[in-house]
Amino acid sequence: MNLTATLVIFRYEMKRFFRTILQSLVSPIISTSLYFVVFGAAIGARMEEIEGTSYGAFIVPGLIMLTVLTQSISNASFGIYFPKFIGTIYEILSAPVSSLEIVIGYVGAAAVKALMIGLIILATSFLFVPLSIAHPVWMLAFLVMTCICFAMFGFIIGILAKNFEQLQLVPLLVVTPLVFLGGSFYSISMLPPVWQTISLFNPVVYLVSGFRWSFFGVADVPIGLSLLAIAAFTALAFGTIWWIFKTGYRIRD
Amino acid sequence: MAAPIVSISNLVKAYAGGFTALDGIDLSIQRGEILALLGPNGAGKTTLISTICGIATPSSGAIRVGGYDVVEDFRDARRMIGLVPQELTLEPFEKVRDTVRFSRGLFGKPRDDAYLDQVLKDLSLWDKRDNKIVTLSGGMKRRVLIAKALSHEPDVLFLDEPTAGVDVELRRDMWRVVEALKAKGTTIILTTHYIEEAEAIADRIAVINKGQIMLVEETAALMDRMGRKEAVIDLAAPLSAIPEALHNYDLSLAGDGCQLIYGYDTSAERTGIRRLLNDLEAAGITMRDLSTRQSSLEEVFVKLVHAEDAA
Ligand SMILES: Nc1ncnc2c1ncn2[C@@H]1O[C@H](COP(=O)(O)OP(=O)(O)OP(=O)(O)O)[C@@H](O)[C@H]1O
Ligand SMILES: [Mg+2]
Repeated sequence: MNLTATLVIFRYEMKRFFRTILQSLVSPIISTSLYFVVFGAAIGARMEEIEGTSYGAFIVPGLIMLTVLTQSISNASFGIYFPKFIGTIYEILSAPVSSLEIVIGYVGAAAVKALMIGLIILATSFLFVPLSIAHPVWMLAFLVMTCICFAMFGFIIGILAKNFEQLQLVPLLVVTPLVFLGGSFYSISMLPPVWQTISLFNPVVYLVSGFRWSFFGVADVPIGLSLLAIAAFTALAFGTIWWIFKTGYRIRD
Repeated sequence: MAAPIVSISNLVKAYAGGFTALDGIDLSIQRGEILALLGPNGAGKTTLISTICGIATPSSGAIRVGGYDVVEDFRDARRMIGLVPQELTLEPFEKVRDTVRFSRGLFGKPRDDAYLDQVLKDLSLWDKRDNKIVTLSGGMKRRVLIAKALSHEPDVLFLDEPTAGVDVELRRDMWRVVEALKAKGTTIILTTHYIEEAEAIADRIAVINKGQIMLVEETAALMDRMGRKEAVIDLAAPLSAIPEALHNYDLSLAGDGCQLIYGYDTSAERTGIRRLLNDLEAAGITMRDLSTRQSSLEEVFVKLVHAEDAA
C-alpha cells in the first residue's frame, strides 16, 4: 500500500477546503439559518407537532442531510474534476498508486469536509430549536456513512462530467429534488397513500428516516431498511468506481 | 549487453476513437543512456511516453521498465519513472515547494526537504520556492515540472519537449541538468523538435513517424552513415553557369556564382574531390579556398520522413 500517496492527496484536498474556509462554512450556515427562520419560526409556529416533535426540531435532520449530501457530492466531484480539467491528473495516473488509494484520498477528504459542515450545522441548530439526540452514536454513524457514500457518488460525477455545467447539473437536478421529496421537511406518513408508495423509490427517504430516528426515535421506514439502503448505495458507488478504474473510462486513454 | 531498462515489444495503442497512434513499436533503451525521440507533429511521441508512464493503457504488446511490466507490476515500474509532460500542467494556486513535496509523497517516498531543496537549487528555482505557480513565467513553470519529476529520484526520466518555448539560457541550464543526471546514471528519454539539440546531447536517436519506429541508431554512427558532406569551393572569379566539362559532378552554384558546392557521400570509397580539383584547373577555373561541411541531422531526418511519406 502506498499510504503516503493517499495521505498526500487527502491533505492537499483538505488544504483547498481551509484555503476557502469562509465560503466553505458561511454559505451552508447562512442557508440553514434561513430555513430555520422560514420553516421553523414562521411556518413551524402554525404547524402541529409531528410525532411528538416540534416542527422546528423535526426538520433539523433533514436540513443536515440536505447540506451533507450536496456538500459531499460537490466537494468530491470538484476535487477530481479539477485536476482532470487542468491536466494535473497526469501525475496521479503516472504515480505508483492504486485506484483504491486514490479514491480513499479524494473521497475521504470530501467526506470529512461534509461531515465537518454537517456537525457545524447541527451545532447551529441548537441555537434555534430545543433539540435532544436519542441515539448519538447512531446519529454519528448515519452521518459518517452518508458522507462517505455520497462523496463516492460525487467522485463518480467528477470523473464522468465533461464540463462544469454537468458538474453542477447533477446535484441541482437530481439531489436537491430527491432530498426535498425525501421527507426532509415532512413525514412520509403525512402524504396520500399513492405518494407514500412512490416515495419508497426515493433513496433519500431511507437516509433521512434513519437519521431522524437517531434524533427522535421515530422513523418512516424500519431502521434496518435504512441501514440496508446505505449499504446498498455504498456498494453501488463502489462498484461503479471499481469499473471506472478497471476500464479507465473517461480517466485513462 | 546488460538487460535494457526499458523494453517495448510490439506495442500498439489505438485510441477510443479507433485511431491507431502507435503501430507495432519495438524499442529497447539501455540503462544510463540519453535517447532522443524525433518525429513530426502527431507522430506518436507523446502517446508512446504516456503509454510507458501509465497515463494511457496499451492496446496490445508489452512494456517493461526495470524488468517490471507497466500494467501488471505498475507500482514497481512507475516508482522508477519521472515524467515531464509536454503541456505546462500545474496547480495554479500551489506554491512551488508544496507542489514538489506533493509529487514526492505521491510516489510514496518519505519527506526529504534537503534533497528537494537541492533539486530546486539545481533548477534555479530556489528564489521562487514560496511563489504561487500562477505567478511564474512559462520557462519557470517548465522547471517546476522538471523538479516535480525529479522529486522522487527516478531512474528513468521522460522529458516531452522540455525546451519548447524556452529561452537560450534556460535551455543551456536544462542540458546541464540533463548531463548531471546522466552522470548519476539516470536514463533519459527526451523528445524535441530542435534536431541539433538531439544531435548534441543524445547517445542514440530514434525516429518515429505515423506510430512506427523508422530508425534507432547511435547518434555518431547515424551521422556517419547518413551524413552527406559538402565541399565548398570559393572561386577567384564568379561563374555564370557550371561549365559543360564538370557536368558529371554533383555541383551547384552559390554566393552569386563565387562558390561551387560539391556534394559527396562520406561512405563512398572515394570522395572525388581530388579529381574535381584537377578538372577545375583543366577548365581554367581558379580556386581561392576550399572547406567542407557535414549535412545536419535535420536533413537526415527530413529525408527519412519524406521517404516514408512518398512510399
Ligand atoms: N486522447 C487522444 N484521443 C485520440 N487521439 C489522440 C489522443 N491523443 C493523441 N491522439 C492522436 O494520436 C496521434 C499522435 O499524437 P501524439 O500526441 O502522440 O503526437 P506527438 O508525436 O507527441 O506530436 P507533437 O510533436 O505535436 O507533440 C495524433 O494523430 C493525435 O491526434
Ligand atoms: Mg507530443
